[in-house]
Amino acid sequence: MESTARDFNRNVGHALADPNLQDSLSKLKVGFSERRRQAAERLPEFEALRDRARDIKNHALANLDFYLEEFERKVLALGGHVHWAPTAADARRIIGELCQSMNARTVAKSKSMVAEEIALNEHLEELGIAPIETDLGEYIIQLRHEPPSHIIAPAVHLTKDQVADTFLEHHAKLGFTKRLTERNDLVAEARHVLRQKFLDADVGLTGANFLVAETGSSMLVTNEGNADLSNTLPKMHIVLASIEKVIPTLEDAAVLLRVLARSATGQESSAYTTLNTGPKRPEDLDGPEHYHVVILDNGRSAVLGTEMQEILRCIRCGACMNHCPVYGAIGGHAYGWVYPGPLGAVLTPQLIGVEEAGNLPNASTFCGRCESVCPVRIPLPKLMRHWREREFERHLTPTAVRQGLALWGFVARRPRLYRRLTALANRILALFGRAEGRFHALPLAGGWTRFRDLPAPPPGGTFHTQWKKKRPS
Amino acid sequence: MHPILAAAILVAVSQSPSSTARPRRIALFVTCLVDLFRPSVGFAAVKLLEDAGCTVEVPPLQVCCGQPAYNSGDRQTTRAIAAQVIAAFESYDAVVAPSGSCGGMLSHHYPGLFDDDPAMKARAESLAGRSYELMAFLVDVLGVEKVAARHDGTVTYHDSCSGLRELGVKDQPRRLLKTVQGLSVREMKTPEVCCGFGGTFCVKYPEISNAMVGEKSADIAGSGADTLLAGDLGCLMNMAGKLQREGSPVRVRHVAEVLAGMGDLPAIGEPG
Repeated sequence: MESTARDFNRNVGHALADPNLQDSLSKLKVGFSERRRQAAERLPEFEALRDRARDIKNHALANLDFYLEEFERKVLALGGHVHWAPTAADARRIIGELCQSMNARTVAKSKSMVAEEIALNEHLEELGIAPIETDLGEYIIQLRHEPPSHIIAPAVHLTKDQVADTFLEHHAKLGFTKRLTERNDLVAEARHVLRQKFLDADVGLTGANFLVAETGSSMLVTNEGNADLSNTLPKMHIVLASIEKVIPTLEDAAVLLRVLARSATGQESSAYTTLNTGPKRPEDLDGPEHYHVVILDNGRSAVLGTEMQEILRCIRCGACMNHCPVYGAIGGHAYGWVYPGPLGAVLTPQLIGVEEAGNLPNASTFCGRCESVCPVRIPLPKLMRHWREREFERHLTPTAVRQGLALWGFVARRPRLYRRLTALANRILALFGRAEGRFHALPLAGGWTRFRDLPAPPPGGTFHTQWKKKRPS
Repeated sequence: MHPILAAAILVAVSQSPSSTARPRRIALFVTCLVDLFRPSVGFAAVKLLEDAGCTVEVPPLQVCCGQPAYNSGDRQTTRAIAAQVIAAFESYDAVVAPSGSCGGMLSHHYPGLFDDDPAMKARAESLAGRSYELMAFLVDVLGVEKVAARHDGTVTYHDSCSGLRELGVKDQPRRLLKTVQGLSVREMKTPEVCCGFGGTFCVKYPEISNAMVGEKSADIAGSGADTLLAGDLGCLMNMAGKLQREGSPVRVRHVAEVLAGMGDLPAIGEPG
């Protein structure tokens, strides 16, 4: 996917001025966090499960080579194939060739963020193969030619009215000429349109929530059942997953599933949990004849062993963005690439370069709400701060910020000078702010006073000045 | 008082477990914003600590905790400032800040700055173990259960992020506020959501910060309270500045001021 992360500030301006987006976000902010809170409260061992989930992923990452090879052995033994893709280009090429080997005209896709990451749809279209998004949200944004704005709710930025207009525009030629107003009617119409596409598809492509090394299974959760149609009806099933999705056992998967849905949507479990274990066996009534797993690195292995490794624990529940006040203000598109919110603020600079995505880890107040809800306890603010350190070391921090910081640092390391300068600043601010008690505008403080008044200090001097007078030691 | 009764009380007090376990020499970490913009918060903190039986000192060589550098990625400057703070507060039983943000910096972030310097790390960990946010120190360490203050009106309390999520400051200020005569608390819908201050964030990303504080001010208005309280001056200045820009009648104070009976001072951003 083409990045606009470099234009973060411009994206933010558009997002804040978009009434439909703001309307959608106001619902998201309340809904997701309240449902997660209730789900966590209903499960007494939820916090203990978060610890276990963290430990499982840490163990898998510490032994990633072992479990990936174990997974490969199991898939081969089942009659499937595993393809290793070091880069996005490799993954695109492999999948393109697999589709061509089936003379595929259409590919039924269930939602995959990794497919977005490698820009698979564009590649397939170039090959003359039509990718059909079967997740309702993905289907809507595919019709609108938009990228997803959330990792589990890709069309969450849209209002119901926008969806109704989109369906009318695209479905009219299929005979659906009535503009719908009810949510259920919209779903029913999409289901009707998509059903035939499932039946026609030559290849089914899904992502994976987990790759289970013990059994060679890929595991997928959905609420729509679309993945099950994508992976059972077509002759070929391709699973696309990144390296950190591998976990040791089904038992581990059970723990992770218990925190995943609760953290994501507040459900106890998603409506569908599907395990794909190899191609159709002779005694099976249905299933794909060809089963391929494409495992993508795309920069992730370079994170192993570094201070950023903890981000690879992520199980893509979306809780960090659901609870992020910055995401809640600007939505997902402003982040400019596949992964928005706190997850994206840490992962995007890793995958597409900090020169491109340097704003993302900076656009956080470090409020810590993301870390407080992360099911695998990723210290997201700490990792964002590490990016800021790398940016500072590499002189990517804006010059004005660096200069201001250098000046402030010089003074802050000299307490007596600091004391004199703050006493002076205090007197000036108190004097000029005396009449109103605050400033509506102030030189060099435009970032503050553009939207807020700046409270002025009351007369009488700084705390230290007054303390010295009142309590001479 | 009868001399024998007085002696008995003295003996009882000196032998009670809480008085022996109590830290005696307290250093106030004033914080740079309180020093520059709102000295009354520092004096309120001193009053609350002294009322609870502490001896309070203000080490003169203290400056800032270093967060502006820390959160901008400048580790070297942060370490230099942290070393300075560690030295300034070395000899005290406890270090108390009227701020969860600065308190959290000392107690949660300093040790990690010195992973490659065992001697400094030990000193940082010593300071971390002695550093507290004011409300948590009063209630959790000193066992303060009530204050002798009066404040007529309804207040709403904003949970500042670092205090809440790093230090677990949530019930302590509310418990003490309940003992203020004439005061009632009305909660916001989302008192735990960030106000959009975030230190340098609010001037680096003013539009996002404005959207966040705008939402906060709507929540404050919805609570129906006439006064907004919190435990961090940065957040308070941000919210006060927004409320006043919007023409809101809500007045804004640091929680320590109300608890110390200093709630009749001009509110933040009001002329003195």
